[in-house]
Amino acid sequence: MRWGIQAALGMLLAPLLLGVITRTKAFFAGRCGAPLLQPYYDLAKLLGKGAVYSRTTSWVFRAGPVVGLAAMLMALAFMPAGGAVSPFAFAGDMLFVAGLLGLTRFFTILAALDTGSAFEGMGASREAQFSALAEPALLLGLAVLAKQSGELSLSGVMQGISASSWGVVGPELVLVSAALLIVFLTENARIPVDDPNTHLELTMIHEVMVLDHGGPDFAFILYGSAIKLWILGTLLVGLLVPVRTGNAWIDGGAFAGGMLALSVTTGVIESTMARLRLVRVPHLLVGAIALSTLALILVLR
Amino acid sequence: MNLLLFGITLLVAGGSAALLARRSSWLGAGSAVLGCAAGLIGAVRALAAGASESWRLAWEIPGGSFAVELDALSAFFLIPILGLSALAAIYGVGYLDSWRGKKALGPVWFFTNTLIASMAMVVIARNGLLFLVAWEVMALASFFLVGFEHEKPAVREAAWVYFVAGHFGTAFLIVFFLLLGREAGSLDFEGFDRVAPAMSAPLFLMALVGFGTKAGFMPLHVWLPDAHPAAPSHVSALMSGVMIKTGIYGLVRALTFLGAPPPWWGWTLIGVGLVSGVLGVLFALAQHDLKRLLAYHSVENIGIIALGAGVGVLGQAAGSPALAFFGWAGALLHVVNHALFKGLLFLGAGSVLHATGTREMDHLGGLLKRMPVTGVTFLIGAAAISGLPPLNGFVSEFLILLGAFSGACSKSASTAVPVLVTIGGLALISGLAAACFTKAFGVVFLGEPRGEHAHHAHEAGLAMRIPMVLLAAACFAVGLLAPAVLRFMAPAVKQVSGVDFAGSPSSRPAIAWGAAAFLTVVGGLALVRRRLLAGRTVGETVTWDCGYARPGPRMQYTSSSFAQPLTDLFATFLRTRRTQSPPSGYFPRNASYATETPDVCREGLFRNAFLGGAWVLGKLGWLQQGRVHLYVLYIALTLLALLMWSLR
Repeated sequence: MRWGIQAALGMLLAPLLLGVITRTKAFFAGRCGAPLLQPYYDLAKLLGKGAVYSRTTSWVFRAGPVVGLAAMLMALAFMPAGGAVSPFAFAGDMLFVAGLLGLTRFFTILAALDTGSAFEGMGASREAQFSALAEPALLLGLAVLAKQSGELSLSGVMQGISASSWGVVGPELVLVSAALLIVFLTENARIPVDDPNTHLELTMIHEVMVLDHGGPDFAFILYGSAIKLWILGTLLVGLLVPVRTGNAWIDGGAFAGGMLALSVTTGVIESTMARLRLVRVPHLLVGAIALSTLALILVLR
Repeated sequence: MNLLLFGITLLVAGGSAALLARRSSWLGAGSAVLGCAAGLIGAVRALAAGASESWRLAWEIPGGSFAVELDALSAFFLIPILGLSALAAIYGVGYLDSWRGKKALGPVWFFTNTLIASMAMVVIARNGLLFLVAWEVMALASFFLVGFEHEKPAVREAAWVYFVAGHFGTAFLIVFFLLLGREAGSLDFEGFDRVAPAMSAPLFLMALVGFGTKAGFMPLHVWLPDAHPAAPSHVSALMSGVMIKTGIYGLVRALTFLGAPPPWWGWTLIGVGLVSGVLGVLFALAQHDLKRLLAYHSVENIGIIALGAGVGVLGQAAGSPALAFFGWAGALLHVVNHALFKGLLFLGAGSVLHATGTREMDHLGGLLKRMPVTGVTFLIGAAAISGLPPLNGFVSEFLILLGAFSGACSKSASTAVPVLVTIGGLALISGLAAACFTKAFGVVFLGEPRGEHAHHAHEAGLAMRIPMVLLAAACFAVGLLAPAVLRFMAPAVKQVSGVDFAGSPSSRPAIAWGAAAFLTVVGGLALVRRRLLAGRTVGETVTWDCGYARPGPRMQYTSSSFAQPLTDLFATFLRTRRTQSPPSGYFPRNASYATETPDVCREGLFRNAFLGGAWVLGKLGWLQQGRVHLYVLYIALTLLALLMWSLR
């Protein structure tokens, strides 16, 4: 019940995180910025539109957004939200979630290649490269959490990590958090890996892959990426704000505060950093793998 | 057992009869399908019953006996072997049709049926000599099949490389069985488990090299990337899907002889698996020949199987039932899964080759519209091999990773460190595999045709489509029915790992309903999308070209450009050769760019070793005079020396 409410709130509030990030960036740029609810207006507008498809594309292009959003909604079902345990949790559900992230990526890349455009091919190629390197960082990070909590489900892991864990294995958790933050920024197409705002196709990754989508398809993509932001954010916040009192209001409030803080932090990172040159991004990701590995070695010792 | 032996007999008889019927495929293919079906029923019944049946005939060859047995492990390997063989035979009828009248098809079916029968014999043989004979027949039959288009020099070379590599491995196996036979006093498998502990380490290494050559462990894989593309596509599917698995079978069977494994066997297998897996997929990424790319993926998947086996062995050595069960269950299930999706992908590549006449991916494109069935089934195979839910590849990788995660929770460092390597390695492998298969499917089937070849492509015939559709359905079935599949294969896993995990743990049904729920959500969202778009304007136009007026198919990303960031990142291993003449001047005319990624092991390791061997042996050339009386003298001298040695 408690989990159900929180999952429903996740589905409802996920686009708000995008609004908070944009607002933070506007603040740093000295603008007043778009309304916090702008992502919802965008979604509503797109859902009300028709669509235009390229003659080159096939059904794969149309299936991409559907499969992507379905995978993200499915992954959300396994996320423990704010101390509540997912009723669907099973040993190894973290691998299933990682698999669903992979499936979304697989179809996004194929939909991009389906347009036959050089720009979208370029984005697809970069996405394939970076996500191949982000995957080991994510799984090794999850292995640290599994080892630390002795649990193999995401809900179990989040129950097993509490404020006192930070006293025992603080350094390891710092390393994992750093690695997961890099994965969070990479997977969600954020600076310093990707720039969600640029209008120069040559420098984009994720945005350029969805250049030809429009209407409800594009709404599915936007909503799917908001959910993805929420999912990976849940993981990070569950680790960094381990408030587990058992009281739904306190735990939920701490979680909500953590998500808000994470969005603001993302906005701050985006405002204060430049995007890395593309050839430097793999170094960052290999760095994330190294951090996860180091943390795993430390908890295994 | 009787059904199986009847099936094998039918295969051999039908193959021999096909030699006489030189033109038609039906006799060979029909007997192959019937023989496989009979054997398959026998194998499924044996695995379901969980009991073993043996049968023995005296054989006049010294040390040999015609001892065969159908136990859970043999039955488990027989299922993919016979199942894929039957489908490949159906496919072969359509595929070989274009050679009718140009080439004699009788020998192809003779060798195909012999190959299938010998693979079945390899997994049921219970005598060292019988095993080696079956092994050798298997190698020779596949050698002749690889050389099907022997008028092409590249095909002849591939066949010879395969021949030499195969016998390199067999040499180790002969020693392996002789040593085991000396220990046990007989070449029958029954006594092999009485090996002295001191002998088990050299025997393990011998088996690893001997069987590893057939399986395709790096760096013994050199024959694979040449032989698989050279063979006719249904034979490639057989060789890659199931023949190389006889190497895995041999290794697993050898491990059951050698007693309780020490931990370092697990480390070795994990190391071998990691190297094969990561380098296999990297080399695949660098290829632009579709069948060669698939061949390197066989090396990768054999690596994944070795990782699972390593985790399982580690669990046996550490006395951890969860580790042993998940490792072995994942490895064995991946054997079946790889047969399903790699068989499917090779058949799909065969259809592409059949329709376009080229394996060069950079000349293809847009085939999904021209070949819808081949395209959809290839996509399913590509997603499955990338280890994505809700398909079968995910289930086996999930089991191996689950084993590794539960191993990471153990206390001892000797288990935890290799397990860490497994997690990181498997994650990297699956990420790179997804990159490679988005490339393969995207470049071949999506976008616009890049050349004339692809423009005139047509869908494959019915005989070729049916096996692909069945294999694609099987990929879904194993993903959705994972718990039932695992329960069915439990006797085989128990025989290898010694662990019976019949009742627990709870996650096995969970991934199946997760997969089913996911498909439901996809269906629901597709309906929502359809409702949203109903009654609205849905237009068609060109792809957004950023205002450029003349976009053309040549401007699309190619397989080489798609993979370039990754191949550059791993250039240290790949050593890609580039030949380029960049455009120059104000009005550039001709520019060209070509890449080639030859096999590093072949170029760096084996070429030098063989050249060195040829040089040393060349020094002995003076012995070879060409005069018969000198040779007679050599024989007499040798006999004299042997006589003196025995009288000593």
